[in-house]
Amino acid sequence: MIKFTNVFKAFPKGGLALKDVSFHIAKGEFVFLTGHSGAGKSTVLKLVYAEEPATSGEVRVSGFNLAEARRKDIPRLRRRLGIVFQDFRLLEDRSAEENVAFALEVTGARRASIPARVMRVLTQVGLAAKAQAYPRELSGGEQQRVAIARALVNEPTVLLADEPTGNLDERATRGVFQLLRDINASGTAVVMATHDLDLVRQAPYRVIELQEGALVFDSAVDERRDEAASP
Amino acid sequence: MNLVFREALLAFRRAPLLSALSVTTIAFSLFVVGLFGLVAVNLQQALRDVAERVEIVAYLLPGAPIETVTLAQKDIEAFPEVQAAAFVSEDQALQRARTELVEFRDVLQELERNPLPASIEVKLKPRFRDAEHVNDVAERLRGFGFVDDVRFGRDWVEKLDRLRQIAAAVGLVVGAAFAAVAIIIIGTTIRMAVLQRSREIAIMRLVGATDGFVRRPFLLQGAFKGMLGGLVAVGLSYGAYALINRWLIHAAFFSREQAVAIVGFGMLIGFVGSAASVGRHLRRV
Ligand SMILES: Nc1ncnc2c1ncn2[C@@H]1O[C@H](COP(=O)(O)OP(=O)(O)OP(=O)(O)O)[C@@H](O)[C@H]1O
Ligand SMILES: [Mg+2]
Repeated sequence: MIKFTNVFKAFPKGGLALKDVSFHIAKGEFVFLTGHSGAGKSTVLKLVYAEEPATSGEVRVSGFNLAEARRKDIPRLRRRLGIVFQDFRLLEDRSAEENVAFALEVTGARRASIPARVMRVLTQVGLAAKAQAYPRELSGGEQQRVAIARALVNEPTVLLADEPTGNLDERATRGVFQLLRDINASGTAVVMATHDLDLVRQAPYRVIELQEGALVFDSAVDERRDEAASP
Repeated sequence: MNLVFREALLAFRRAPLLSALSVTTIAFSLFVVGLFGLVAVNLQQALRDVAERVEIVAYLLPGAPIETVTLAQKDIEAFPEVQAAAFVSEDQALQRARTELVEFRDVLQELERNPLPASIEVKLKPRFRDAEHVNDVAERLRGFGFVDDVRFGRDWVEKLDRLRQIAAAVGLVVGAAFAAVAIIIIGTTIRMAVLQRSREIAIMRLVGATDGFVRRPFLLQGAFKGMLGGLVAVGLSYGAYALINRWLIHAAFFSREQAVAIVGFGMLIGFVGSAASVGRHLRRV
């Protein structure tokens, strides 16, 4: 569903952010994207949601070949993705439910259907009681839940999360991570960039590790090879 | 559509200060254009008033048969340039001289024979009151056999022509300059509004909004702000006009069409300015 084949990415100023990266993420998988700061985790995600084009190589996402996708195709791609960031990116002057509804309005959803769908996802992330609260009235963990609700409301096939717990304390981190696991359990693929290795060790999920733009470890490939090598 | 309107109106509520600022900027920019327009309108009115006095007089040979003259008068009235042609008989001319030239009343009273010729006074339609047409009509009048001489203020008509040309040229250049400055200022204000909402635009695009969806509320808002600004500008111009009228000189105001044109111009700048700003912003992200 997400397929990188020999992908290179060079930024106009700055060197190679990605060097010959190839991997394939299937429907319903949970994948950690790890690596040191500057390793290229965010860049991989940006390529997936077509914020940046690959310099060379092929990126396929949910049936789109992004090299061939035109600007007007990008909204359709993004509606199949849910995207969550470290800094939440909520609109400060809208309440939690308005922030979530916004993602539906933007896609031209039927107006009558919006409130019920918004309440359903807010309930799913455990924030139904704070639907009317504004971001400044919510804790970081709660804001991230609103952002996750917004990402989910369009029923994406993949949730992309760029260090979603980066700004949260340990307890909030556990809560948000559990939420992502639940979301994954109900069938949505999750790609989570993080450098929280405790989190990575906690769960039996696939790990893709980047180092200075190169893919140096992919548990799906390397462990299979390890198993094949061992007698 | 409903949603677009709501988003457009919401912007006024969310950023009342910036919205008020853009409306004010648009209003004052258009007000300056409007003031200049008022000057132009009044100058034109003054020129028209002056041109009102453009008249061609054909003096007739003594003894021209009245039937011929009446027929010719009808012909002259049928000239496309001519608004009215009036026959003034010798007696009428004398009468007029007596009332108008009071100082010579005695002299005129004692005359045995009326020395004044009969004439046909020709007034042209407003749009033909320029040197070329005046000359042309005068030439045609000279062609009548019973016409002795044709008079019109040649120098004066030519001066009027030149004045009109200067007024038109200055009006075009200065008006275009003012309009350009207004467009630039208004464009900058709109760009500020777009930049202020760049975070919102980024989030909209992230959740899958099309460029058209992002653009629409801005266009609507731009047009609406432009319209408000235009209305305020017309109001301010009216205030200025009322003051001038009361304390300085009798002046003219815009016609209804001109006022509507100013508001429409505001709306157009608001719309086009927003389209350009958002378009540029979207192309960069
Ligand atoms: N817009 C850009 N222009 C130039 N260079 C960029 C740009 N974005 C990223 N880079 C460079 O690409 C490299 C990878 O950046 P990236 O943001 O993907 O790292 P990361 O793994 O997400 O790091 P972090 O853990 O700190 O978020 C870095 O060297 C960075 O400086
Ligand atoms: Mg990053």
